[in-house]
Amino acid sequence: FFSLLLTSIMAGIGAGYDLYPTTFSPEGRLFQIEYAGKAADASGTAIGVRTVDGVVLGVEKLIRSKMLVKGSEKRIFTVAPHAGMALTGLLADGRQIVNSCRDEAQQYKRFYGQAIPGKMLNQRISSYIQYFTLHDSVRPFGSSVILASYDKSGPGLYMIEPSGVSYGYRAVAIGQEKQVAKTELENLDFTTITSREAVMEIAKIIYKIHDDVKDKEFELELSWVCAESNGKHEHIPEDLLAEANKVGKQNLEADQFGSDEEMEI
Amino acid sequence: FFLSHLQRNMGPDQYTHTKKMGTLPTKQEAEGHADWKDAEHRMGTSIMAVQFKGGVVLGADSRTTTGSYIANRVSDKLTSVHDRIYCCRSGSAADTQAVSDIVRYYLDVHSAQMGEAPEVHTAATFFQKLCYDNKNALSAGIIVGGWDKHDGGSVYCIPLGGALVRQPFAIGGSGSTFIYGYCDANFKEDMTRDECHEFVRNALSLAMARDGSSGGIIRTAIIDENGVERFMLPGNQLPTFYEN
Repeated sequence: FFSLLLTSIMAGIGAGYDLYPTTFSPEGRLFQIEYAGKAADASGTAIGVRTVDGVVLGVEKLIRSKMLVKGSEKRIFTVAPHAGMALTGLLADGRQIVNSCRDEAQQYKRFYGQAIPGKMLNQRISSYIQYFTLHDSVRPFGSSVILASYDKSGPGLYMIEPSGVSYGYRAVAIGQEKQVAKTELENLDFTTITSREAVMEIAKIIYKIHDDVKDKEFELELSWVCAESNGKHEHIPEDLLAEANKVGKQNLEADQFGSDEEMEI
Repeated sequence: FFLSHLQRNMGPDQYTHTKKMGTLPTKQEAEGHADWKDAEHRMGTSIMAVQFKGGVVLGADSRTTTGSYIANRVSDKLTSVHDRIYCCRSGSAADTQAVSDIVRYYLDVHSAQMGEAPEVHTAATFFQKLCYDNKNALSAGIIVGGWDKHDGGSVYCIPLGGALVRQPFAIGGSGSTFIYGYCDANFKEDMTRDECHEFVRNALSLAMARDGSSGGIIRTAIIDENGVERFMLPGNQLPTFYEN
């Protein structure tokens, strides 16, 4: 009896109802999907900010090995000329989402004769991701995605979780340090922030939330789709990226060595 | 039944005669069998749409023929496919009705998914897709006109082959051939709603005066942000021009 009790405690609150995504717990939870959400957060943080003239995406790419060629692990992808996507979690899963997103955008263009509006793309991809939570023979995606778009209605920012739930945001963070990042993002003024300013703010936040102890080094990947990029989703220009890195580092140092007032004993 | 079946097969191919636009019947055809008994319903037609700031004016005549018989002298060739998107139909009555029904369905689904009114461009693209993909089977010349919040008033022309062209104004149907000169000479950019309405009525009246396949009344529809307003100008009140 005791070993059985121990097993059930060690298995966590899931205890028997978490074996398949097709089983509800007595409280009405789907544990497999919640676990998928945990897998989705197990990677470097990704941030998206909707500005007055576009959307900016930034990713903290944790460098697992010094052998990696710089820029080889991409976390931000263009899914349509006017839309981009940032991934977290199991990247192979995420890349599948990117592929199907690209298909959806292309099909829509062929059928409707125009670029897919952000909210339609969001609807389609959410339905696609949700599909994998309904069947016994497949598993949910272990990846959350941030979708950035710029269409006739203006800039759009959406985040889709492994459950298929999605919302539109003014700013959003997913990944390891998402809670800390979200708190930082709340300080931004969304009514006035421009895309250039958002690039710097995101860089600052990522440098700030990066955990030096747990993860050694990281590489910053930034992209935008805005008026300055003529409504096209692309990685930010090299010089702007260099400046963003500089600003991020400087801000971090200023923070660390900033105020002496608290140093009272 | 047997007799009429024989009669039908004795004459030349029905469809060769009726499907070709502007082909005169041979003597045998005219005297041999009465084509109006069996011919496909056609809308010889004069149709037109003009864009103005804030909306569009669409207009059409009202004659539907089966051969030389006027099957309907008060037809409505201006068909709604959505709240603020209409199309003008010319060519085969059946074909254009079928196509516009399908487009209406697609727009319904699309606007439900989008949660907002569809763009005129979207409706035009649907028409184009159907007309081009089925070009061998269809005889449909369509003009799409409407208002949406992104582009304001817009007019799209989809002629027989299934091309899609956006134009400030478009004319179509067999009667349109007689008014190209008039329209080119009298169209001005940035006309007001009423100037456009008058332009459409004058042009269609001239077309109907010269084209045997067009006539009856002039129906017009004016579409803007606030909705659709429909007008009917009776045949005895049409604007008149030189009449010898």
